[in-house]
Amino acid sequence: METYKLTLKQTLEKLKKGEVSPSELTKNYIDRIKSVEPDVDALNETEFDEAIKKAKQMDKKVEKGEGGILAGVPYILKDNMCTKGLKTTCSSKILNNFVPPYNATVVDKLEFQGAILLAKANMDEFAMGSSTENSAFKKTNNPFDLKRVPGGSSGGSAASVAAGEAAFALGSDTGGSIRQPAAYCGVIGLKPTYGVVSRYGLVAFASSLDQIGPLTKTVEDSAIVLSAIAGHDKKDSTSIEMKTHNYTEGLDKEIKGIRIGVPKEYFKEGLSADVKASIDNAIKTYESLGAVVEETTLPTFDYALSAYYIISSAEATSNLSRYDGVKYGYRADEFSDIVDLYKQTRTEGFGKEVKRRIMLGNYVLSSGYYDAYYLKAQKVRTLIKQDFDNIFEKYDLILSPTTPAVAFKAGEKEDPMAMYMTDIYTVPINIAGLPAISIPCGMSSENMPIGMQLIGKPLSEKTILNAGHIYEQARGSFPLAKL
Amino acid sequence: MRVSEQEVERIANLSRLKLGEEKKDMQKNLEDVLSHFDKLNELDTADVKPTAHILPVENVYRKDEIEPSMDRDILTSNAPQKEDGCYIVPRIVE
Repeated sequence: METYKLTLKQTLEKLKKGEVSPSELTKNYIDRIKSVEPDVDALNETEFDEAIKKAKQMDKKVEKGEGGILAGVPYILKDNMCTKGLKTTCSSKILNNFVPPYNATVVDKLEFQGAILLAKANMDEFAMGSSTENSAFKKTNNPFDLKRVPGGSSGGSAASVAAGEAAFALGSDTGGSIRQPAAYCGVIGLKPTYGVVSRYGLVAFASSLDQIGPLTKTVEDSAIVLSAIAGHDKKDSTSIEMKTHNYTEGLDKEIKGIRIGVPKEYFKEGLSADVKASIDNAIKTYESLGAVVEETTLPTFDYALSAYYIISSAEATSNLSRYDGVKYGYRADEFSDIVDLYKQTRTEGFGKEVKRRIMLGNYVLSSGYYDAYYLKAQKVRTLIKQDFDNIFEKYDLILSPTTPAVAFKAGEKEDPMAMYMTDIYTVPINIAGLPAISIPCGMSSENMPIGMQLIGKPLSEKTILNAGHIYEQARGSFPLAKL
Repeated sequence: MRVSEQEVERIANLSRLKLGEEKKDMQKNLEDVLSHFDKLNELDTADVKPTAHILPVENVYRKDEIEPSMDRDILTSNAPQKEDGCYIVPRIVE
């Protein structure tokens, strides 16, 4: 049985009916991983022995109809979420031997629901990047075209789902790091409202922007996983006071009369013709489903990328100052004194892009520049949030392309600014703390996936999941990667 | 040059990084990115309040109750050098 081709929903149904056991499912995915990893190279560490043990325990539970909403389902975790007793490296040399003494809250929640961890996924180092090329360990290849990038920073997670290596994966999104690789790899990527999923155990990049979210094959799958991981966590003081929801409720609701705004700023120079054509088609589909789709405006759109890089670099430089060779992680072999220990360790342990952002962050926070850059960016953040609030007074949802173009070839974007520009459509959402989902909506002339982004008001995950699910049903099946 | 070599050195020191050959590249990178940021000056933000945090949360407290701490041996298990439950570093105080 090629169970790796099934959606999460289909897998759960087969498990319930006893047509497949957690052990068979796990073995199936392990075989699949062994077969495609030489091409995709999405995984840093595999945990096969542990997974097989856990699956055996779940066999008995599932037979009795017990065990949680993800009972017996194998998954993959981006390597920046702490797993107790299992290496968590953030694809960085400075953490290449780090074994956390605790689980991230999302890992505990998934375990509680019966899911089985298969592997830790490759990523851009410390989540800084848009192609997974900044990993200190290796490059991951896009399953649709192995010469192209899977996107980033959750490139390993997205590629692993696209290649059928697990029923679902978790990624993290600070400026688009779930949605952009989802668009590039033809899968669903959801970034919840800031505060809906606990960040406890997620290695911090930019604390006011980071969120964990699912990468899946369908919108319904995404709703199932979100139900397992969302909810208030007292260990994360930025998590929202809310109970866990069942996000699959209302997925099939009719969307006649739903009001969708399409900001014109997303359709300026830089948007590729293929992506524009797919988005135009998606808009027509929504109209045929009874939605009211109108052009709207996000006046501060052009300023979001700068505001994002100032804020995220400033927060990152502060968050990464803990890596000093003293308490855990890499330590340089030779150093003269304590300050030299820090400098040698960090210089040898961090990659180029990480060093760039640390430098940029310290520059914009340093005295003489703090007001001109960091404070200014925080004020621009207020204006961007206001722009979105204005749109949501008239519309229920926003629709846009997820990225300006399809996945690029490995090594193509050497200039840092060119790389940053691939996130131009996703970063405004993190600045405003909104929920957003990327859904495959077409293929380019080079047969690469194209993603459409649906953005909602804070805490409107059910609205975007509903609108996404109805679109997906109308769109029909999406091509799988030929691996 | 907006960012002088001295500036780059000052920031590198604050960042606890040694730059060496990468200094010129880093200088250019900083220049490129900072000149993009100039665009923000087009916006009038004189009367705008900064947003530090997107959620309307303030002062999230917990009850002042003692809870057990994590075992010290487990916590120090990843340390490159340790002794008697402490981390070993080069001498700091003469």
